[in-house]
Amino acid sequence: MTYQPTTSLAPTPSLTIANISRRTFLTGVAAGSLVLGLDFPALAAEEKYAGEGMANGLREDPKIFIAIAEDGTVTIICHRAEMGQGVRTSLPMVVADELEADWARVRVTQAPGDEARFGNQDTDGSRSMRHHFATLRRMGAAARQMLEEAAAKQWNVPVAEVAAVNHEVVHKPTDRRLSYGELAKAASELPVPARESLKLKDPAQFRYIGKGEVGLIDGMDITTGKAQYGIDTRLDGMVYAVVARPQVFGGTVKSFDDTETLKVPGVLKTVAIDGTPAPAVFQPLGGIAVIATNTWAAIKGREALKIVWDDGPNATYDSVAYKETITAAVRAPGKVVREAGDTDKALGAAAKRLEAEYYIPHIAHATMEPPAAVVRIVDGKCEAWACVQSPQATHDNLVQRLGLASENVTVHQTLLGGGFGRKSKPDYVVEAGLISKAMDGKPVKLTWTREDDITNDYFHAVSMERMEAGLDESGKTVAWLHRSAAPTIVSIFAPDPKTEAPFELGMGLVDMPFDIANLRIENPEAPAHTRIGWFRSVYNVPHAFAVQSFAAELAAEAGRDPKDYLLDLIGPPRQVDTRDISVMWNYGEDPELYTIDTQRLRGVIDKAAEASGWGRTLPKGSGLGIAAHRSFVTYVAAVVEVAVGEGGAITIPRVDIAVDCGPQINPDRIRSQMEGAVIMGVSLAMLGEITFKDGRAEQSNFDTYEVTRMDAAPKEIHVHLMPPTAYDQPLGGVGEPGVPPIAPALTNAIFAAVGKRIRTLPIRDQLAT
Amino acid sequence: MAFTLKINGTDHTVDVDGETPLLWVLRDVLGMTGTKFGCGLAQCGACTVHLDGTAARSCQTPVADAAGVAVTTIEGLSADGMHPVQVAWREINVPQCGYCQSGQMMQAASLLTETPSPTDEDIDAAMSGNICRCGTYPRIRAAIKQAATKMAGVQ
Repeated sequence: MTYQPTTSLAPTPSLTIANISRRTFLTGVAAGSLVLGLDFPALAAEEKYAGEGMANGLREDPKIFIAIAEDGTVTIICHRAEMGQGVRTSLPMVVADELEADWARVRVTQAPGDEARFGNQDTDGSRSMRHHFATLRRMGAAARQMLEEAAAKQWNVPVAEVAAVNHEVVHKPTDRRLSYGELAKAASELPVPARESLKLKDPAQFRYIGKGEVGLIDGMDITTGKAQYGIDTRLDGMVYAVVARPQVFGGTVKSFDDTETLKVPGVLKTVAIDGTPAPAVFQPLGGIAVIATNTWAAIKGREALKIVWDDGPNATYDSVAYKETITAAVRAPGKVVREAGDTDKALGAAAKRLEAEYYIPHIAHATMEPPAAVVRIVDGKCEAWACVQSPQATHDNLVQRLGLASENVTVHQTLLGGGFGRKSKPDYVVEAGLISKAMDGKPVKLTWTREDDITNDYFHAVSMERMEAGLDESGKTVAWLHRSAAPTIVSIFAPDPKTEAPFELGMGLVDMPFDIANLRIENPEAPAHTRIGWFRSVYNVPHAFAVQSFAAELAAEAGRDPKDYLLDLIGPPRQVDTRDISVMWNYGEDPELYTIDTQRLRGVIDKAAEASGWGRTLPKGSGLGIAAHRSFVTYVAAVVEVAVGEGGAITIPRVDIAVDCGPQINPDRIRSQMEGAVIMGVSLAMLGEITFKDGRAEQSNFDTYEVTRMDAAPKEIHVHLMPPTAYDQPLGGVGEPGVPPIAPALTNAIFAAVGKRIRTLPIRDQLAT
Repeated sequence: MAFTLKINGTDHTVDVDGETPLLWVLRDVLGMTGTKFGCGLAQCGACTVHLDGTAARSCQTPVADAAGVAVTTIEGLSADGMHPVQVAWREINVPQCGYCQSGQMMQAASLLTETPSPTDEDIDAAMSGNICRCGTYPRIRAAIKQAATKMAGVQ
């Protein structure tokens, strides 16, 4: 009952007691309680949602987040990790707007990991703007009102006669003006106004919010090579390290010989790192570190190591055999996670029956910046510079492993060269800490090579999805059975769990909104034999692939247009209460505020279809496919146009993607996230696959783990933002929800183009003739 | 062994093994971290620099081969960040995480030197060695075209 995820897309399990200290979790790692907490999330009376439901909740003290210098420079703290989603621009932009600050005079400072001070900093789950928009607005407004009050006092006029306008406060009757710099000191000495007295701007007066016209805060640094990622940190006297890790999950070093390693010019030392037996949470895999005067020498030294490994219990992990295992699992009944009507009876009585199985393999994140960190320990004080999605979890894992007091560990947050969920897990920073400790605290830069990154990832779960449906005489779907088998992410937190946790089931499986009278969803067991972790949009990827592919297969069976049939499956516009359909985790959001609104799902389908010219005549070998999915409380539909050429070569001339995320704060970054999601979706559908043999990943770099390049990317991507809702309405996520509909829209398009149904990803050369 | 490198117009003498890739000399020895490590196999383009004005993968360039050649890195693409490629990248808000963009811009600048008005096919051919996991390809393409237009206007 004490499980509080230190970093996750995961639930705060409902039995979690509020205010439980993170330390309890770290010292306890109470496995039994963890399983209980994840398995029985009965809604407690004091259930907290959104930002308040996250570890350490929300803070909204403008005196912590905003500083105004006497020269007028406004400095705003960004307490979320920048990994390409644009938070360092978009979050401060919200504050600046409410503050009536001139964006040109705003600077952004990155917060170190300190959730006691800043509130939750765990950057994943498409939550940054969703959870923080309201607090950022209020902090900006509070600071603006403090400036106005300071000016009114100085002029000795009623505060109602003054107004903050673009970095100065104006006394309207006399047109007197005081700059923010001139007012900064007096304003800072005033108390922060109570929340009830805050006057938020009329959205019609917004300068930046909703406009999408603000340049990236880091644009100049990125384009001139000055931007500092974790891998770019440099300290005086720094040494460089790489680690030889077990290639089989759970493997250990039996013995090693570093004689030749120590002869490599530049190599200084080798250090053994102990792995942590599963469940290791975010602790390292273990292995042998090689420390040198530069990274290249460390890599050459590692090549010269002779290590005898004990491969441990996962040495037989084999993707071909495992596929058979989970195929057998979905062909037998599993744990029922949602049920309505009498599915067996309805299937038996159906005029037509259809069944299909869909497979998605493991996928590696392959962030362009591989995991890297710099750590030094001086006088018992440890400092880390790291590209991490959760600096607090990084801090906590360093405290735990290095045995230091909490106040003696500081984690400096750098830019992330991509995250996608990989950098939620700070195992690499702990490695750097252990190496620094072994080097008497010397600053150590640890770099994962691309081979390290791909072979020792926390992989996206492999999954088998079996679908069965029954149609009546008219072609209507009257029965639906979905069995989903995939190893769970909980396997890094608890010993050998075999079923999906509520937060995994809630990602497109049990929250499937089709209006079908007889429906059963099951979750057969699937053990984990490697590290499983969050990958952008997580279990929505396999669930949406299966559901949206099968919807199109049912349409074909019924002889109907796939878009029309999909709309019929969704049924009439209505509000589906997630609690009524056994959803135990609604992206951490209040089910009262966040229903499943089928009108919004229908809306994005109609928009994407209309914009793509759905139904238009295409040349032979070309086709359109559609898919729609709600995830991270945002609604997305995509239409993919495919052209299949000679020999089965696939090109994607165009993708239309429609998104309804409620209010739109920075439309340019919503568009960029959708563009990127389309390409990541295409990449995983066309190419993404990690396979295991003898317990080892068979891919190791971009030559064997291919990703989509410019020449194979869609030629055109059109992003369609639905009309935004008012700014006081619930926000949806943006970073992840663009991904899930892409793979099924693509395979549906291939079916439309050439009549071949792809049920196993990646697509690769399955159309080759 | 000592090598003298001319990087962004300035001579630097380094004492490393001759096989050490230019990438690691730039990053670890000289502290020029704008050039990024991505794969170490010339598969991703993150480490792209110019050797005598032409794009090359610094992870596959032994330092011995870089001696006597004019090396340009992202830090030296322009003195003030105003190379047309850099300007276009900012105007179009190309970057997401930004990590691959040094290599993308160096590759794009090299393309525009050789092919001032590239077609889509030219862009695909020149840029497909550079991976972006965030998926900024559509904006990279747009920025290259915008930079080409501006450069043509200047000439």
